[in-house]
This record gives sequence, structure tokens and C-alpha cells, in this order.
Amino acid sequence: MAKAALMDFDKALELYEPVLGFEVHVELNTETKMFSAAANPANEKNHGATPNTLVAPVDMGLPGSLPVVNETAVRYSISLGLALGCQIAPSSRFARKNYFYPDLGKNYQISQYDEPIAFEGQVEVELEGGDIVTVPIERAHMEEDAGKLTHVGGSTGRIQGAEYSLVDYNRAGVPLVEIVTKPIFGAEHRAPELAAAYVRAIRDIVIGLGISEARMERGNLRCDANVSIRPRGQEKLGTRTETKNVNSMRSVERAVRYEIQRQAAILSAGGTITQETRHWHEDTGTTSPGRPKSDADDYRYFPEPDLLPVAPSVELIESLRAALPEPPAVRRRRLNAEWGFADIDFQGVVNAGLLNEVEATVAAGAAPAAARKWWMSEISRIANAEGVEPSSLVSPASVAALQQLVDNGTLTDKLARQVLEGVIAGEGTPQEVVDARGLAVVSDDGALIAAIDEALAAQPDVLEKIRDGKVQAAGAVIGAVMKAMKGQADAARVRELVLERAAG
Amino acid sequence: MSDIIRLTAAELSAKLASGEVSSVEATRAHLDRIAAVDGDVHAFLHVSDHALDVAADIDRRRADGERLGELAGVPLAVKDVLVTTDMPSTSGSRILEGFLSPYDATPVARSRAAGLVPLGKTNMDEFAMGSSTEHSAYGPTHNPWDLDRIPGGSGGGSAAAVAAFEAPLALGSDTGGSIRQPAHVTGTVGVKPTYGGVSRYGSIALASSLDQVGPVARTVLDAALLHDVIGGHDPHDATSLEQDWPSFAAAAREGANGQALKGLRVGVIRELPDTGFQTGVAESFRASLALLEAQGAEIVEISAPHFEYGVAAYYLILPAEASSNLAKFDSVRFGLRVDVPGGTVEDVMARSRDVGFGDEVKRRIILGTYALSAGYYDAYYGSAQKVRTLIQRDFDNAFAEVDVIATPSAPTTAFRLGEQLDDPLQMYLNDVTTIPVNLAGVPGISIPSGLAAEDGLPVGIQFIAPAREDARLYRVGAALEALLVDSWGGPLLDRAPVLGANGGAR
Repeated sequence: MAKAALMDFDKALELYEPVLGFEVHVELNTETKMFSAAANPANEKNHGATPNTLVAPVDMGLPGSLPVVNETAVRYSISLGLALGCQIAPSSRFARKNYFYPDLGKNYQISQYDEPIAFEGQVEVELEGGDIVTVPIERAHMEEDAGKLTHVGGSTGRIQGAEYSLVDYNRAGVPLVEIVTKPIFGAEHRAPELAAAYVRAIRDIVIGLGISEARMERGNLRCDANVSIRPRGQEKLGTRTETKNVNSMRSVERAVRYEIQRQAAILSAGGTITQETRHWHEDTGTTSPGRPKSDADDYRYFPEPDLLPVAPSVELIESLRAALPEPPAVRRRRLNAEWGFADIDFQGVVNAGLLNEVEATVAAGAAPAAARKWWMSEISRIANAEGVEPSSLVSPASVAALQQLVDNGTLTDKLARQVLEGVIAGEGTPQEVVDARGLAVVSDDGALIAAIDEALAAQPDVLEKIRDGKVQAAGAVIGAVMKAMKGQADAARVRELVLERAAG
Repeated sequence: MSDIIRLTAAELSAKLASGEVSSVEATRAHLDRIAAVDGDVHAFLHVSDHALDVAADIDRRRADGERLGELAGVPLAVKDVLVTTDMPSTSGSRILEGFLSPYDATPVARSRAAGLVPLGKTNMDEFAMGSSTEHSAYGPTHNPWDLDRIPGGSGGGSAAAVAAFEAPLALGSDTGGSIRQPAHVTGTVGVKPTYGGVSRYGSIALASSLDQVGPVARTVLDAALLHDVIGGHDPHDATSLEQDWPSFAAAAREGANGQALKGLRVGVIRELPDTGFQTGVAESFRASLALLEAQGAEIVEISAPHFEYGVAAYYLILPAEASSNLAKFDSVRFGLRVDVPGGTVEDVMARSRDVGFGDEVKRRIILGTYALSAGYYDAYYGSAQKVRTLIQRDFDNAFAEVDVIATPSAPTTAFRLGEQLDDPLQMYLNDVTTIPVNLAGVPGISIPSGLAAEDGLPVGIQFIAPAREDARLYRVGAALEALLVDSWGGPLLDRAPVLGANGGAR
């Protein structure tokens, strides 16, 4: 495929204003599908099932089959709508979106069209450095996923040129919520970054609600990015493209950047943008045209006669509202204020995905700075070396208990690291490891003084040097004492005792 | 002809319960009857090869002292629109030739659970589109009263099977009259229940907002007994009503014995055109009204000004929904596949649908696709839905004044095969009095009211009740039926010609 001409990003932003819009599909992790009792492959425990084993008649579009709405999916959708700051429709309808495609058993998709369950909301998206952008949400509506086609033969993996195609209907009927933004203005140079941050914000919300596995690599969360640009000073919006198949946050960022640069090159050369769907290619970092999309696409929507309107009671909506977790952005602001970290340190915790762990460690009694240090340094280092998640190594309660032993002088930092290794190795609680390994700091001055006397005997000139004002000479004695004590001494106390001896 | 096949389902079930007749005997008698006359009638598309095994199982269970339902052991014909695991389900279409469903339709499953013995699948207009069964891909069914005439449609097979004593009971489906109009032209009883009263799960959808499965029988009581078996809430159908229904059989028995007609307010529609109804149909209707009045019923003229727009609205809503419902027949997962060498999946879908669907089906898919198109939706589908609301309002207003509404069940007696086949609009008008009932979602029953003087063919009268008042139809229907059968000196079907006697009219 011919590589499209691209304009330098900064140059493009000088000439044009980017306008973004996103359609994020969230697969809900309900037990069963949107309209059938078949097990839901988007639930962790059904992941990776053999093709076409998680199907009911309605998922296959069998004659006589009828859809029945999954009430859990409706509750999840309402919770998501509320978390997006949306209004919840007292009554909303499903519609049929009619089009022939082999991944749709019925050849229509049941979706919400003119009556979404949630509408008019906003999401606060935090950019690096803590800047907040409010993204306006137009609607969030319920629908069903389509099956999965695998095109075999041909070089592109796409339907064109394929010898045959395999269809897996496991995914057909997986409950989806599609979140549609309004046009997003003003992101300017940070438009690509905003794209990734928006998807991350949605991911944080659905994870916080526990309604989706939210794994982009599995397609639990999928983002279509609408990008248009308009010349500076022009009111009228430019023609947009819709880039699909972007399944990581980094890809979303790259795809938006690419489209801005591509469109700018076309417009500046006097060309016009084609309204179309484009496919993102992870390997080349480019987009290529898919199906032309126009407003003339006719899906012959009409109200789904097999289903009644969804009419949640006020009581249900309010109970779900009351049960909402703290919004991720609000929570981050609160924790940052409570902990008093430097922004860069706080952001580090967020980026490492260790906010929950640090919070729980603080809640278990550790000082915020100490909690951060454990998780971000020693535990992350070990996790990284072993290729596992930090949270899988040790519990926040253990980390807090460990820090407690440091705070009360039982352990030095160095000893504490050894204790941590013992805890991770499954030797028990920090106190149990301390007891079993005999790692506690020697706090008996008598034992320390004996060790100091022994060291001074080996280095008789040291006391003289200290008295002459060369206090750093104490280091040699302290080192010898620490060695003799196998590290189980408080170096600061040893230093005090050495200086007392010199003074005395 | 064996006496067993002349029994009503209620009579047969009494003999089964007493042990006078076994289910195997009853089933064999009906299978023999099918073998003897169905070559002429062609009510069945498929006859079960294991009905006798099912019957034997019922007999064994009865002998073991198991408590069985009232209809246990009674044979049943099943319209081919209902999917079955043990017999093909084609909905009268080539595109589903030989299709075996992995699950049973709920009305079938409930019938089996009640011990009914499925005999086979009955013929129908393709995907229930038609009023004559001539649109079946497998050839027409013939009216047992005159084999040169249509048995009505779309459920001509079920009605003819019951009228020809090939089965005492049958299941039908009614989207605009497909149970009631065949009942009218075959001298049988057919009921379109309240929308949501019987599950649609496993009924191959024509128009989802109009379709309703219902009973086909020779008497009102028999229809009620079957309705009791198949009705009630089904979690598989979101439009199925969650409510407790009274026993319809009890209502029918009460109607036949009691004073159901005294003080009953029967509405007749002022706006129903005088023209368009065959003389014998109109006369029979008036005679029935007179009979009702003589028994203390009050005939009240009511206004239903939008009734006349029913057919027009129906032929927008039905094709619109059907065009979407029939999209699943694409050759990808099941059904007929016509390969196109070198073609794409779209080519194969298009070719398979071209070969698999008949003309009437294609006509309605095209109509419906057009009616739902962007830019036309409001004018066609949208307007039709408004008319539907107005018709519902007409019914609401009428039922504030009357207990039931009566109409002729159809404008004419059975017409000759082929007579209206090239005139779709004329064909559509057969359902002028039945269609508004589906549009409003209310229940309707057609019972035989006599024979038209001019051609000696059966005529039916339709009663319509408010939604959820199906029991009222059984009460009133059974009351009038008792009066009429008395006046005839026996069931109307006793006057039907003896089949097979003329060497086969085909």
C-alpha cells in the first residue's frame, strides 16, 4: 500500500485545528449474553472457549428464536451511564439495524438507535502533568456484539482476496455499551495524548465499576477514533474519518496523530478528505481506507418488535447511583492531596497502576511516602524481574506491617528488604520472618559497645583522629561494627556510641 | 371411516381416560385417515414416523397410573411455522427444505409435555404470507368441502386437517387472519389469542408485533382445551404476558351450558362496508345475530372509523417486519444454499434467496424494505403505526360500550384455487375483518355460523374481545355454537362431502 504523504505534526497544528470524537465499545462481563442464556465469552471465566460453543439459538439467528434482554446488562449499562455523568432515560427502546453480513446471525443487529439508555454526560480526562480536559458525552447505548470472522487465504487477512472465511458466533450477542462523545474541541497539540487518556479514563471507570474485563488486547474495550481538521479560523467542521481497529491506548494516540498529519497533507495540497472508515495497522503505524461511509448508509432502523422498552424504575436508578464508586479522576485528586506527593511521584504511581496498592498500604497504617517507596522500588523491581504483577507478590497489609517494623526500629531498611524477600518467598508475616531468620536490629548498647571496643582495638588511631576533628574517621569503625553485627545494628546508634567514646 | 376420528378432542380424551380407546388406536386411526385422504387434501407436509411410539408411551404411562393432562394421548397436527426437533420445519418455503430445529417451539413443547401426540406438520402459505395456502412451495392444500377450492391461509393445512378428520386438533399461527379465515372457509373453529397470550418462541416469525400462535379445532371446547395447554407466560418470549389466565375450557363449558348470552352486549361495526361481502356470508352473519338477540343478547351498533384503514396499515407494518425477520435466511448457517462458482458470500446469499423464496415472499420483502428506507420511513411505516394506534383506540372506545364485537370472519366463502392468485390486492382483502384484531393485539375467534345458500360452503362468524379477555370469546363462542348445532341437528362438518368418495377431485 502506498504510503500517504504526511505533514509535520507541529506544522499541521499551526495550519489546522483538530477536532476529535470517539466511539468506545465496552464488552460487559455479565455471566450470559445480551439477549440469550449462552455463556458470555467476555467474562473472564469463559475466555478462550472453542469457537461456536457459547451459542444459543438467537445468537445463531435460528428460525423461531427470540431475544430476551439481560437485566444484569441493563443494570451495568445504567451504572456506566451514571458514572459518565449521563441522564438515564426513563424508557428506552431497542431497534433493529438491518444489514447483511455473515457475522450477524439474524442479519440485523439489535441496538439502541433514537432512544439510548443514557445521554448527555461528561468525563474528566487527566493528561500528563495533571491537566484536566472535560470530554462531553453524547450518549451511551446498549447493543449486541457481532460474531468474529476469520478470513483465510489471501495476504491481507481481510475479506478481499480471501479463499474462505470462518465464523465464530461465540462473540455474537456479547453485551456491549457504545459510548459516543460529542465533538471535542481545543485539544490542539495534545489531541493524540487526549485520545489515549480518554480511553484510559473509560477503562478506569469500567474497571472501577467491575462491569468489564476491559482488556483492549482481547477486544473488551475498542475505540473508533473520529478525526477531522479545519483550517484555523474556519467555523465549519472538516470532513471526518473514522479509524477502527485501534486496540491499545498507544495505538489510539498514534492513529490520531497519523490522521491529523495525513489530513493536513491532503488539505494543504488542495485535496479533499473522503468521509470513510479507515483501518489502523499496528505494524506500519498507518491507516488505510476501508468501506466508504456516508450518511446515505441505510440500515432501515425500526423499533425491535420482539422486545419491550427498557423502563428502569427511579428506585433502581437511584440505588445504582448510590452504589457508584468514587470517579477515578476525583479519587486521584483526593489521594494526591491526602498524600502530599510531588506530582511526578504521584503520576508515577498512577502510571505503574499501583494506586490501589499504595492506598491500601496507607490504609493499613503505613506513611504514604513509605508505602509509595515500597511499591515503586523494591516490590516493582522484584515483580519486573519475575515478570509478574507487583500486587501478586505481597499484600498491602504485609507491606504496612513491614514498614511498622522499620518505624519502631526493629529493622533497618536493609534488613527490611531481606524480610520482604522472606515474605514473598512465603515464609510468613514480616514478624514471623524476622523471628525465624533472627533479623532484628541489635538494640542492646552493651553488645554494640563490646563490638566497638573490638573494632577500636584493631584501629587504635581512630579515636585520635576524631578528637582532631576528623569525624569521618568514625566510618571505618562503624563499618567494622556493622560487619561484626551482620548488619543487624542501627548504624546511627553505632555512630553515636563511637563519638561518645571519643568525647569521653 | 373409523368412528374414532369423528370424535371431538374432548370426547376422545374422555375415552382415553376411561380406557375405552388407547392413544395408539386413536393415533393409528388418524394416520390411516391421513393415508386415505391426504393425497387429495394435502394438509400435511410431513407425517411423523414415530407418532405411534409417542402414543404407546402415553398409554404405558397411563397404565402405570401417572396423572396425565386432559388431552394426553390426543393426536395433534402442527403448523409448519412451528419448529420441531423431530420433524422438519419449513414454514412452507423451499429455503428451509428439510430444516431440523435443535429446539422445539414453546407451544409444541407444552403440547408434548401435556401428552398430545404430534402427527405431522401442516401445509401453509410460504412464511405465512397468503390467504389460500397456494403460496406454499410444496403445492396447495385443498378444501375438504370442495377439493377445487382453497382451504384459506396461511394455515390452510391445519384447518383442512381438522376439517378432514385427519386430526382432532391443530396448532396454527395468526398474523392477520391465518387461523380465523381458514376456520371460516373450512367450517372449523380457530382462535387468535390476545397478543402475548401464547409464546411466539419457536414460531418462525412473519411479523413479530402481529404474530400469535393459537388453536385450531372442530369445536369451541376443543380449541379452549388446547389453548389451556399452550398458553401462559414463557420467559423465552419477552412479549409474552405475565399473568394468570383462567381456564378457557371451563369458560367454554360454562358458555355451552349457561346463560352467557343474556344481557351480553354485542357490537357490530357501523363502518363495515355492505359491499364486498358475499350474500350468503352476510345472511349467515345476520342470522347468527338474530339467534343471539333471541337469547337475550343486545346488538349494539358501534363506530370503528379507522377499521377500514387496517388492511393498508397492515401491508406496511407486516412487510417491514417481515423484510427484517426473513433476513436470517441467507444460506450461511442453515437452509438452502445455491453456490455461485467464484462468487462472494453476498453472491451466494443473493442467489440462495432468489431461488429459495417464492414470488409473494419477494414481493413483501421488497415492499417492507422500501417502507423502512430512509426518507420513506415516516410516510409509510410511521404512518401505519399511527393508524394502528387509532384502530386500537377504536377498539378501546367500542369496548367501553360492548362486551364483544361480532363481524363476519371473511368476506366470501372459499374461492376456487387459482382464482385470486394473480391479484394480490384482492387476496389481501380476504383479511379485512381479521387484520384489525391483530393490529390491536386483541383476541378473536371464528366459529362456523352455517353454509352460504348460494354455494353451500361454510361461513364463519368472528367475535372479538378486549385484550386478556380470551375467556369471554370461549364463553360466547360456545354458547352460540350450542344454539347453531342444535338448529342444524348436528355439527356443520357432518354436511361436508365424504372424502375419497369421488375418486379424488385432484
